[in-house]
Amino acid sequence: MKKMPSLFQRVLLACTLTVSAMMTSVSHAALEIEISGGNAQQLPIAIVPFNQDAVKNQENIANIISADLRRSGMFRVLETAGVASKPSTIAQVKYSDWASLQAQAIAVGKIEALPGNRLKVSFQLGDVLKQTQLADMDYNITPSQLRMTAHKIADVIYQKLTGESAIFASRIAYINKSKGRYALQVADADGVNPQTVVSSNEPIISPAWSPDGTKIAYVSFEKKKPIIFVQSLMTGQRITLASFKGNNSAPAWAPDGSKLAIVLTHAANSQLYLINADGSGLKQLSKSSAIDTEPVWSPDAKWVYFSSDRGGSPQIYKVSSLGGDAQRVTFDGTYNLSPRFSPDGKSLAMIRNDGGRYRVALQNLATGQVQILSEGNQDESPSFAPNGRVVLYATRSAGRGALAAVSADGRVKQRLSESGGDIREPAWGPLLN
Amino acid sequence: MNKGMFNKKVLGALVLAAMLSACKSTPMTDKPAAVQDKSPAGASTQSSANSAADTSGVKEVVIDSNANNGNNPLKDPNNILSKRNIYFDFDSDSVKAEYRPIVEAHAKYLLANSNAKVVLQGNTDERGTREYNVSLGQRRAVSVKKSFNLLGVQDKQIETVSLGEEKASANCADEACHQQNRRVEVVYEND
Repeated sequence: MKKMPSLFQRVLLACTLTVSAMMTSVSHAALEIEISGGNAQQLPIAIVPFNQDAVKNQENIANIISADLRRSGMFRVLETAGVASKPSTIAQVKYSDWASLQAQAIAVGKIEALPGNRLKVSFQLGDVLKQTQLADMDYNITPSQLRMTAHKIADVIYQKLTGESAIFASRIAYINKSKGRYALQVADADGVNPQTVVSSNEPIISPAWSPDGTKIAYVSFEKKKPIIFVQSLMTGQRITLASFKGNNSAPAWAPDGSKLAIVLTHAANSQLYLINADGSGLKQLSKSSAIDTEPVWSPDAKWVYFSSDRGGSPQIYKVSSLGGDAQRVTFDGTYNLSPRFSPDGKSLAMIRNDGGRYRVALQNLATGQVQILSEGNQDESPSFAPNGRVVLYATRSAGRGALAAVSADGRVKQRLSESGGDIREPAWGPLLN
Repeated sequence: MNKGMFNKKVLGALVLAAMLSACKSTPMTDKPAAVQDKSPAGASTQSSANSAADTSGVKEVVIDSNANNGNNPLKDPNNILSKRNIYFDFDSDSVKAEYRPIVEAHAKYLLANSNAKVVLQGNTDERGTREYNVSLGQRRAVSVKKSFNLLGVQDKQIETVSLGEEKASANCADEACHQQNRRVEVVYEND
């Protein structure tokens, strides 16, 4: 459950619970998010507005933290305006005030100016029932790191109270088609701060984050055919990873970032290859007379899963990353494409043709059990959140592309759209340090 | 034959000039209209497309290629070689009989012009995933290539690529619309 904001953030809560939907206004947002659904057990939490007199004209970061937690579907963020006390340290918290608000946890904090145009963000988390402190963090940052610091604080709260690993301090990449141009953009995982990585008047598809989050591989049609580039986000420098005769597409980073699985055709059908991240050391991985494409690595790097029509209809197969014969993975359904591993390696998201509708499905690799997660007709490009709890994907709405996300248990759904934009090919990046 | 070679060089020069003057990709496809049309409207299109760059070079190319245009069989609307699209059935890569004359005409041209090179661009409709459609489009391009091979054309004159669903007209509501997207386009180098 991730993603969001905008000038007018609409929060649609269609769950059976009472959910307090606070309206927050965010000034520099791009993607607008709608949320529906929620977990049966939502933890009530109070996020007290931070004392941030030291920074002027800055949205209170309690709003950013609240929005993150609310989006997860696992928290009920309480309205704190009616409570007279405004503690900014845990020592100032009078627990009985917050117990009467039904809060089970409380987060407080402040921002102080430091010499050299730096800021100190302090934050504490308290357990209202036990009246104990759960977290105490200080961040020494530049002003431009303030939003990401808010996401990190949200991650600390989320981790302490749910036991899940972090999710909010991450970024997403996607392709935004607008006015005939294609832009590969990167935004914070809440949809704020979109930045264009590369733009072209020809299509760009298949963005893939390097495991360390510093680079993105993508396929560009700028030379009238698919060619794979790898571009550094910090410097903008890019290399041509693969520009062989025929097509060059479907880049997938190995977990250690040293090489990628790619798809080449030369003069025949699509086949899998491995190539070093600097474009050297090309080696063929699959050999068939059919289509082999959409490679993805297992998290332990032992396997490359891919889609192939070698058995007639498109299904998912796996081959050892050292080479060898392929084994079929999916048997359920007549059409399964776009395999994506959950970070723990236990499940596989994919696109399934479900009676003519292309939808995101999740297969438990141990049991083989499959659950359809999405509700669209042309859903594509599933991508797991860094903690595996949410699957981001592309959908279509009113003839335009939009992004949607669904919790891995199917309960919480979100939709992100940008007015006038046609958004597709999302890829969720790793956590930021 | 000599004249044909000359024409091709001039066409190449036109493309080069167009690229040097920082044209986008679309002017490449607009070019036949621009070089054919000597009317003020056509001239203004050409100059506006290149306004920020070396306009004198472009003018020269317009004159040359205009003189040549009528002799280029690839551009002659009355010549079958001007037909470049081969359409396919759903989920199929077999070249249907009705497109055999087009395939044979281009094969004959390639055999007669051993320096000519084509790119066979495969396309699909928008159903299915983008990467899989890149592969499907490729299979269609390979299918047409094999037809060329059977007619004696060597691989060195052919590159097969796929644009997948990226050039499909979006939001097709019916099968006729989808069919227009399922095609292989024969594109000559310097075309």
